[in-house]
Amino acid sequence: MSEALGQLPPLIANHVLLAAAAMALALLIGLPLGLASARRPRLAAAALGFAGLVQTIPGLALLALFYPLLLALSALLGGGVPALGFLPALLALTLYALLPILRNVVAGLRGIDPSVLQAADAVGMTPAQRLRLVEAPLAAPVAMAGVRTAAVWTIGAATLATTVGYPSLGNPIFAGLQIERWDLVLAGCLAAACLAVITDALLGLIERGIGRRDSRRTLTGLGLLLLGLVLACLPLLQGAQRSVTVGAKNFSEQYILSRLIGLRLERAGYRVTYREGLGSAVAFRALASGDIDVYVDYSGTLWTGAMGRKDTPSRDAMLDGIARWMAAGPRTALIGPLGFENAYALAVRPSSGLTSIADLATQAPRLTFGADLEFLDRAEWRAIRDAYDLRFKATRAYSPTFMYRALQSEQADVISAFSSDGRIAADHLLVLSDPKNAMPHYDAILLAAPGRAHDARFLAALRPLTNRITVEDMRAANYSVDRDTAKATPEQAAAWLDTRARH
Amino acid sequence: MSTDAAPPALAYERVSRRYEGLSAVDRVSLTIARGSFVALVGSSGSGKSTLLRLANRLDAPDEGRVMVDGQDVAVADPIRLRRAIGYVFQNIGLFPHMSVEENIGIIPRLEGGGPVDIGAALARVGLSSDLANRLPAQLSGGQQQRVGIARALAGGGRLLLMDEPFGALDPVTRDTLGRTVRELHAALGLTTILVTHDMAEALLLADRIFVMARGQIVADATPHQMLSGQAGPEADALVAIPRAQALKLAELGQ
Repeated sequence: MSEALGQLPPLIANHVLLAAAAMALALLIGLPLGLASARRPRLAAAALGFAGLVQTIPGLALLALFYPLLLALSALLGGGVPALGFLPALLALTLYALLPILRNVVAGLRGIDPSVLQAADAVGMTPAQRLRLVEAPLAAPVAMAGVRTAAVWTIGAATLATTVGYPSLGNPIFAGLQIERWDLVLAGCLAAACLAVITDALLGLIERGIGRRDSRRTLTGLGLLLLGLVLACLPLLQGAQRSVTVGAKNFSEQYILSRLIGLRLERAGYRVTYREGLGSAVAFRALASGDIDVYVDYSGTLWTGAMGRKDTPSRDAMLDGIARWMAAGPRTALIGPLGFENAYALAVRPSSGLTSIADLATQAPRLTFGADLEFLDRAEWRAIRDAYDLRFKATRAYSPTFMYRALQSEQADVISAFSSDGRIAADHLLVLSDPKNAMPHYDAILLAAPGRAHDARFLAALRPLTNRITVEDMRAANYSVDRDTAKATPEQAAAWLDTRARH
Repeated sequence: MSTDAAPPALAYERVSRRYEGLSAVDRVSLTIARGSFVALVGSSGSGKSTLLRLANRLDAPDEGRVMVDGQDVAVADPIRLRRAIGYVFQNIGLFPHMSVEENIGIIPRLEGGGPVDIGAALARVGLSSDLANRLPAQLSGGQQQRVGIARALAGGGRLLLMDEPFGALDPVTRDTLGRTVRELHAALGLTTILVTHDMAEALLLADRIFVMARGQIVADATPHQMLSGQAGPEADALVAIPRAQALKLAELGQ
C-alpha cells in the first residue's frame, strides 16, 4: 500500500489541475450563460436542454468522443491540436460540470422575490448595479450549491481522463483493476474521494459565508481552496523538463513492456512519462500524431487494422511490409520486433476434447464464446469466423482478467486468449490450432513516433531490445503480474525482463 | 410666490398606455402642484398604478408626455430620475440581504455620497435607531414599510410616489403610518401622490382626489367637494361606502 501511495503526489497534482481548470472554464461559461438564460426563457430551455443531454452521455464515452472530434479539428486547422491528454479531458469535464452550475444559477436568479427587483429599479440602480448589489448576492447561495455539485462530479469524473492519456488518479484505479492490485485501486479511489470531500467542505464554507453575509468565512474558504490548489500542484513544478512519453495499451503485458522501455530510456538519460490504458486503435494514432513517442504494438493488429490488409503473409514479409508502409505513410518508424508473438488464439479447457478451430466449428452452436472487450469488433475475428464459419450459442465480452475466470468457471467454453499470456500455461489451457492460417502473425514490434524516427540516440537506447524477449520470458513476466498471490508490480516484472533480455 | 414661475411638480399631457391593445391609461391629462398631497382612487385595474409608474419611468407611455418639474421624463436619464423620486409600494421590496441601515442608505451609496444620518432617518419615520443593524426579516410589517418610506426619502427627492403603501397592513398600523406620512409631507415640503382603493384613506389624508375608472380620470375634487356631492356619480358611489359605514357606526354608538 505504501508503494501505491508513493506514486500518488504527481497524479494528485495533475488530477487537481485538470479538475480546477475544468471548473474554472465551466464557471466562465456557466455564469454568464445562466445569467442570460434567467432573462430569456427560450435560451434557458436550449442551454439546459443541451447540458442535460450531455449529462446522459456516459463519462467514458464523452471523453472518447472528443478524440476523433479533436483529430478532425486538428486536420482542419492543419495540425497542432492535441487530440489526447489534457485538452479532451478538459473539454469533456467542462461540459459535464456545466449542467449543475447552469441549472442553479438560473434557479437562484429566478427565485428572487420580484418586489425586490422592482425596488432595485425604483431606487435607480443601473442593470450592472442591480446585478452586483442585489441579484448576485441573493442568487449566490443557490448558485454555490450547484458549484459544489459540479466540483464533486468533476473530481470524480477526472479519474476517467486516464483513458485519453492524461495522468490522473484514474491511473492507479485502471492499472490496479487490470492487474488485480486492489491496493492501487483503493489508493486511487480514496485519494479522489478525499479531494472531493475536502473541496466540497471548503465550497460549503464559502456558500455559508455568502449566505450569512460573513465575508471572513467566505474569504477563509476561498483562501484555503487556493492554498490547496497551489500545494496540490507543487509536484508539477519539478516535472517541467521535456520528457519522452511511453504509451501502453490496457493490458498487463503492455504495462510491463512500457516500463521496460522506460527503464532503458531512463538509463540513456531521458525523463520518462507514461500514457497507459490506451485503446488499440487510439494507440497507433497517438503515435502518428506524436502524442506518445514510443510503444509496443503487434504486427497483425497494424496489418489488419491501420493498414486494412486482408491477406496473411509470412512473418518476415509482414514485418517488411509494415516497415515500408510506416516510413512512407504515417512517417513513424519500426524499431524492430521484440522476439515473441502475442497472437490472438482461441483457447479451451483441456477437458473439451477439441484441438483445432476446425473441430470447434462443429461444436460451436452449443458453446458460449468469451471474448475480450475489443476482439468481436476486430478484423481478425471476422477472418476466422468466416474462414471456419463459426456460430456460437452466445458471445460475451469480458475484460481480459475476467475472461480467464469465465473460462475456468465454465461461464464461457471458448475464449479469445493471447499466446504470450502466462495464464495459458498456469491454467493448463489448450490453444486451438489454426489449420487454415486464418489468423495473421502478431509479432510484438517496437514503434517510434515521427519525431523520434530519425533520433539516433533514442533509437540506440531501444534497439538492443529487438529479438531479445522470448515468449517463455514474456509469459513468465505476465504471469508474475497477473497471478492472484505474490503479485509483482509491472516495474518489478520489467526489471526482471530487463536482465533476461541482456543475456 | 408667483404662480407661473414654478412649473407643476408632476403633469400628464394626454398620456396613454396600452397593454396588448387594452388601455390601462387612456388619454389622461392632469397637473399636480408643488406641495400638494394628492390621492389617486379607483378599483383594481383602473390604471392608477400604471399612471404612477409612468412618472419615474418604471413604465413608458405609448402616447403623450409626462413632465416632472416641467421636464419631459422621456428625455431624462431614467437612473437619475428614479433616484430623485421617492417610490413606495405595497410589497415594500426591502433588500433582504441588507441591514436596515444599508437599505435606507442605498440611494446615497449609488450616488457615491457619504453615509446617511441613520438615526435621523429612522426617527423621521418613527423608528428607534436600535433597528439600524437588523435585517428586514426581523422587523414587523409596519416597521418594514416605515423603512421603505425612509429609503424612498433618503435620496433627498421632493416627489413621493406611494402605490398602495398601506395595503398589506393592519388597520391600526395603517392609521398611524398614514399620519406619519402626512407629517413628513408637511415637514419636508413634499409633493405626495398616494394610490389607493380606499376612499376613506384618501379623504382623510389628501388635499385633492382624482378618481380613476377604465384608464380615465372621472372625477377631480377636494375631499370637501367629494363629500358634498359635487364630484359626479363615480365619486359619489365611492364616497357612499365610507359615509354609510360612518353613519352606521355612529348609530351603533348611540
